[in-house]
Amino acid sequence: MSLGILLEQVPDGDGPWWRMLASGLEWTLMVSALAWILAFALGSVVGVVRTTDRTWLVRLGNAYVELFRNIPLIVQFFLWFFVVPGVIPPVKRWVVSVDPLTYQLLTAVVCLGLFTAARLAEQVRAGIQSLSRGQRNAGYALGLSQVQTYRYVLLPMAYRIIIPPLTSELMNLIKNTAVAYSIGLTELFFRTREMGEMTFRYFEAFGAATVIYATIAFASNRAMALLERKVAVPGYIGSAK
Amino acid sequence: MIGDLDFGAVGRTLPYLMAGLQYTVQITVVAAIGGTLFGTLLAMARLAAFKPLALTAAGYVNLMRSIPLLLVIFWFYFLVPVILQSLTGADRPPQIGADRSAYITFILFEAAYFCEIMRAGIQSIPRGQAGASFALGLGYWQSMRLVILPQAFRNMLPVLLTQTIILFQDVSLVSLLNVTDFVGAATKIAQRDSRVVELYLFVAIVYLVLCSVLSFGVRRLQAKIAIIQ
Repeated sequence: MSLGILLEQVPDGDGPWWRMLASGLEWTLMVSALAWILAFALGSVVGVVRTTDRTWLVRLGNAYVELFRNIPLIVQFFLWFFVVPGVIPPVKRWVVSVDPLTYQLLTAVVCLGLFTAARLAEQVRAGIQSLSRGQRNAGYALGLSQVQTYRYVLLPMAYRIIIPPLTSELMNLIKNTAVAYSIGLTELFFRTREMGEMTFRYFEAFGAATVIYATIAFASNRAMALLERKVAVPGYIGSAK
Repeated sequence: MIGDLDFGAVGRTLPYLMAGLQYTVQITVVAAIGGTLFGTLLAMARLAAFKPLALTAAGYVNLMRSIPLLLVIFWFYFLVPVILQSLTGADRPPQIGADRSAYITFILFEAAYFCEIMRAGIQSIPRGQAGASFALGLGYWQSMRLVILPQAFRNMLPVLLTQTIILFQDVSLVSLLNVTDFVGAATKIAQRDSRVVELYLFVAIVYLVLCSVLSFGVRRLQAKIAIIQ
């Protein structure tokens, strides 16, 4: 094992191998960030409607979570990448007209976003349901509407409570971006494989990727722990005060 | 273009697809059992008073849990032959193929996740239980085997089974190593017959039905266990 390979030039002349991996890392982080925003927004909505008193909304939310949790991620990637354009002609026409990279990026963000949203919805629902009934009733007693009660009373508490599980979901999302390799997105795992196949230095390539992924996982874990301390509610377990 | 779909392609190749599904189920069962056994040992190691052992186990578990499964699958695909060579002292690395190395990969990978579940399970047992078994004159292994682990295992059974359903879905990633699991079989037929839409829809529906039924079963079991406690 010698790490000198990382400094050697890529045969196509795109700079050294470490830069190739770095460009993969950029894609991994970009897809993760975009998918996280989508997942957070959609997951919050689905999680919230599952705790309301509208039965049909609760059922719809439950169905969403079941659907996205019970199909393997790679199959979901294939559904978005092959099946959706295959059955919806306007999408097909659009896919053919755009840059393949655009469609790969869009597929990865939408697929990972909707997949992660189902998991976040489950956490948001659990967070809201963990609050005592008095919080909701106090909101109503103050004359707040249901929307206002969620906005000002329930959600600010629920989000703080679920930061630890959100941390693991964020780390899962970053790890799951590697599956975008299956549709040819040039993220970190794709570049790792490419380096292995072109140089036959699999151990160095996979070793480098392992270090990078472990570092991201550690960094995002620390960042969320910092956030958790910063927004902790005084008087609750986990708050310093 | 729904009208153009021809699910006959699925019907004609059903035995091939079912053989793939059977492989997926085999890996799931072997990895769930092997992972639980190895994971329980890891959990005991993480809780051991001997620090170097606890730290080694924690390092293994945290490393496995911080890198993508896909990377682990490819790591073991290359490492397993080399490890087997050093174990058997053969002249060349044995050719074992991705389909067989996957068994080892999933046992070792899932063990990290099962370890954390079993650790939580062991820690949920009141300290008095361990104290009582030591007072009865049981040794460490006896009290673990006869008192602590049976209770921890039973408390954690729903979580272990939920993790097994996730494992069942995760096995699909081996299709990227050209292994003929359920998804791999579908991919091969889809490319041969140019029936991508039909095959992937079929695979998605089968997974959806199987996993929904299984997780419904786990929820029922959970409710049952909760009443007894």
